[in-house]
Parts: sequence; C-alpha cells; structure tokens
Amino acid sequence: MSGKRYRMYSKDGEDYFIVDAHVHMWDASDENQLNVHGAEFIECFYDYHRNLSPAEYVWEFKKYQKYSEETFMTDIFENGYADHAIFNPAALPAFYKEGFSRPLAADMAKRMPDKLTYNHHFDPRFGEDGIRRLREAAAEHDLKGVKVYTAEWKGDSRGYKMSDKITYEYLDVCQELGIKNIHVHKGPTIKPLDRDAFDVADIDHCATDYQGLNFIVEHVGLPRLEDFCWIATQESNVYGGLAVAIPFIHTRPRYWAQIIGELMYWLGEDKILFSSDYALWQPKWLIEKFVDFQIPEDLQGEYGTISVDQKKKILGLNAAALYPHIEVPEALQLKTPVGVS
Amino acid sequence: MSPQPSAALPEEALRTAAVTALSTVRDPELDEPITDLGFVRKVTITGSAVTVRLRLPTSFCAPNFAYLMASDAMDALKSIPGIGETTVELDENVDSERINAGVAAGGGFANAFPDESDEELDALRRIFQAKAHLAAIERVAALMLRDYGMDVDEVNKLVLADLPEHPAVLALLNRRSDLGLPTGPLGSVFINEDGSRWQDRDVPLSLQLRFAKATRISIDGNAHFCRGLLRTRYPESEADQTTRKQDLVFTKTGKRSA
Repeated sequence: MSGKRYRMYSKDGEDYFIVDAHVHMWDASDENQLNVHGAEFIECFYDYHRNLSPAEYVWEFKKYQKYSEETFMTDIFENGYADHAIFNPAALPAFYKEGFSRPLAADMAKRMPDKLTYNHHFDPRFGEDGIRRLREAAAEHDLKGVKVYTAEWKGDSRGYKMSDKITYEYLDVCQELGIKNIHVHKGPTIKPLDRDAFDVADIDHCATDYQGLNFIVEHVGLPRLEDFCWIATQESNVYGGLAVAIPFIHTRPRYWAQIIGELMYWLGEDKILFSSDYALWQPKWLIEKFVDFQIPEDLQGEYGTISVDQKKKILGLNAAALYPHIEVPEALQLKTPVGVS
Repeated sequence: MSPQPSAALPEEALRTAAVTALSTVRDPELDEPITDLGFVRKVTITGSAVTVRLRLPTSFCAPNFAYLMASDAMDALKSIPGIGETTVELDENVDSERINAGVAAGGGFANAFPDESDEELDALRRIFQAKAHLAAIERVAALMLRDYGMDVDEVNKLVLADLPEHPAVLALLNRRSDLGLPTGPLGSVFINEDGSRWQDRDVPLSLQLRFAKATRISIDGNAHFCRGLLRTRYPESEADQTTRKQDLVFTKTGKRSA
C-alpha cells in the first residue's frame, strides 16, 4: 500500500473519500456448515456474485466460501480504494456452526481502527440473554452500529419485525449505549417470514419512535424499492444502503440509473450510502463505474444529472457523517457539508 | 379405466394444452407468466397423465410465492378437459418437499404450512395484484403524457373509453379484472385497488403518479434480477425465457416498433 495516509480514489482531477459501508468477513466453508441450508445459502450468494459481477471479478467457489484477511485487505483498501470500511456481520447460527461472519472481523477492526469499524448484530428473540451480550459487545467493541437481519431463522420462527416489542427493548439499549446506526437488512436472500419479509413498513414505526437513532435500510428495500422510498421521505432518520443495488451498474445500467434516480428524488443525496457487500461484489469496479456513471441522456428529463459532489457524498461523506469517528481530511470535504444541501 | 386415453387427447395436443394452461399462471411479484420467465422446467406426458416440474431463481425463493405458483399451475392443468393424473413439482427449493406434498394433497397453503393461513396467502396475492395494477396505470399514464402531450390533470379526467388501442391499455384492463375493478368504458384511469379515486386522497396526483412509477421500476427491476439469477442457476433456462412483455417498445398506435 502507498505511504499516503488516505487511499482515496482520484479521477479527472477529483478526489473521492471512500467509505465502504457494508463489508463481510465470512466463513461459509463446508466445515462450518451446520446443515444443507448453509450450503444453499452460500450457493445463492455465489449466484448473486456470478450473475452481477464482470467476468474478470468472478471468484472460484472455494475461495468465495472462505477468504483470507490478506485477500480482504487487498480487495478493499489496495484495489478497492477505500479509506474506511464498516463490517455489518450476519450471525446465521441456524446455518453455520461458528456463525456466518467470522470473529476475525472484530479482531481486525481492533488492530486497524483507522481503517475498519466493526458493527455487531443482535436478534431480539434471544431476550434478556441477548441484551446482556449486546451490552458486552458494546463495551468490548465500542459499538457505533449494529446489523439486524429480520428474516433470520430461529427455531420455528422465520423472522421478526423492527416494530415488535421485543425489538424495541433492544433499541432502547442501543439508544442508551450510543449505538446510533441500526443497519437493517431488507432485501433479497434468505427465506422470508410469513407474509412478506421484504415489507419495510416496520421501519416506519421504529424510525418514528426512535428519533435519536439512524436506520440504514440495506439493499434500499429491494425488491420493495417503492415502499422504502415512500417511507424514507417521511422519516428524516432513514437512510439507504446501496449493497445489491449498485452492481446493476454493470449488467443493467439503465435500471441502475432509474434506481439511483428514484433514490435521489425520494431520499436525496445525503441519505444514500455506498456499500459493496464484499465479498458479494468487489468494490474496485463498483467505485470506478459509479464515478464514471451518468444518467443516460433520455432519462435526464425526469432525473436530471448526478454531480461530482453528489457522488462524493454517496461514496463516503454520508457514511462518515453517520460515523463521526471516521475522520475526513479537510481537502476531501465539500464546501457544503452533508446535511446542509 | 379406458385402455386408450390417447384416443381422447393425443400427446402433442395435451402438451400444447398443458403449456397454454401454464401460461395463465403468473408470478404475482414479477407480474409475468411463469412460462415467459422460464420457471417451467419440464412437461412430461404419459398417456393422459401430466407431470410439470418448476424451477425458481434461488433455493430461498419465498415458499408462500412458490406455493402460490405451484398450486395455481395445478389448478390450471386440472381445468384441461380429459386430463388424467396431474403432478406439479417444484425443484430445489428449501421447502420443496412441503410445497410439493401440499400441492399434491390440495389442502391449501395452511395445510402445508401449519403456522401460516390461507387468508395470508390471499392477502399476499392481492398486495401484488395491486402493485401490478399501479404499475399498469403508470405505463398508461406515461403513454398519454409522452405520446399524447397530456398533463397529469388531463389524464385524471380520462375514462377508459378515451384510451387508445394499445398493449399497455389492454394490460391495465387485465390488472383491473384481476382485482375485480370495473373495466367498463366510463371507469376512471387513476383509481386505487379498492376502486376509490386517486383524487380523493390527500396526496397530490403528481406524487401518486411518481409513486406508481417507483413501483413500476421496482417490479421491472425484480423481474430482470430474477430472470438473470435463474439463468445463472439453470443456464439451460435462457432458451425458455421470452422478452418481458412490459419491456417491448410500442408505437403510439400499439404497433411494435422495429
């Protein structure tokens, strides 16, 4: 890695401070699979990876199941231009013996705090015991955020809602401990709960009831983009994470243009966070393509264009505003800071 | 039993009838026939018996939607006169066993999934019929705005009889039928799934149309994502997929442009 303090991405004379707001260090190896669903889950992830990545970025399946810290560091920081990355782990204890996300992530964040932030996870169905563990994790990792996966399996339960009473007990604790950023998985994968696991209506409730917390809806609510957009306009503390959405920039650029156009219209440029969801997709090509991206001419009538400053916000400054411990050098700030536009 | 079932319906005729029946089954979320999506993996005819195997883009595709399509396929096949034993099997879903047994037994979703209810499944279907309807309104409105130079208020005053002959209009009428909404000439275009008018809501028409557009983009996007994932999972499915009808570019008069 270069001796520069900041990695950045530079193109056409513009410097972009990059925060990858959703990355993984997972172990879906055969040895760690608890049952057939562990295999099905990673195969499904692998299909996402193969389907949306440019051919030269597709990994062998074995590597995809479990990759090394060195691979991660190279892909995220050396090839991937990131100045900072945020782990948003998924436990999935119903599928994997030691969990899907590796404890190594927390260890890496401890060793490299200027580069990595570790968010923990919680599952409100673990009751008091889970709250105790959340408190312990907060003390140990100085948590600024958590990841929740509402469609996760547990025994007979195939999910819960953010508006459930049991979830509120955990959100109370988050508020008390200053865990301000709640990343909620709302998007594809994993067999959903009863009616419609992608339904984002529960976010409307918790965002209203917890004004002091930020709710980052991962995957911008795909496949319910419209419902997410509708809710996000009413709640000032709802954000959208671009994981799973932004890879369409390669395979279906016009669809991507419509997604980002809708998000800019409904949420605005301060509420959208870049994330690769690594190792689902490599950040390098996502960042390069996004910086080069422009709304196609025939769609500019309805969506306008996307500016360099807007891209800078989406690629890093918005996430840095939610995680103030991520220091952005003065030279990479905008004249008009996030939240003032 | 008659020893010559083939006399009633020759194999090829039965296959054609089966595929035609399956083409009436829609993925409610993607608003497309399962035949166009490539979800029909194999149709096997043995005498008068028909076995259909279905495939979906991921093993985690929601069991409620999967059940809905499999049982709709079963119902569609059973409506073919002279058809013998009918089997519908969904391949390689985490809940294939339960879904297939449930569809075979014909006892409804709640029988296959005791924690769920048939009402929930009906409600789910209705939610997505309403979304498909909303997207269909947007396509028609976009046509009137783009090709006929109207504004939103003018479209709001239109009744169905004012609309041109156009595939997007036909699609809207079909979505209205699905929801039990009026399809007669004097019906307004901008209506909700319960028949009430957009203009009676306390939200500007332009914003409602904007929401309809986001809905349309969402459904179209999901359709392409699912189609792509199916091809990744089952490369041979590509040959079975047809162009998404909503994507076809039509001229003002409804003719397909070159």
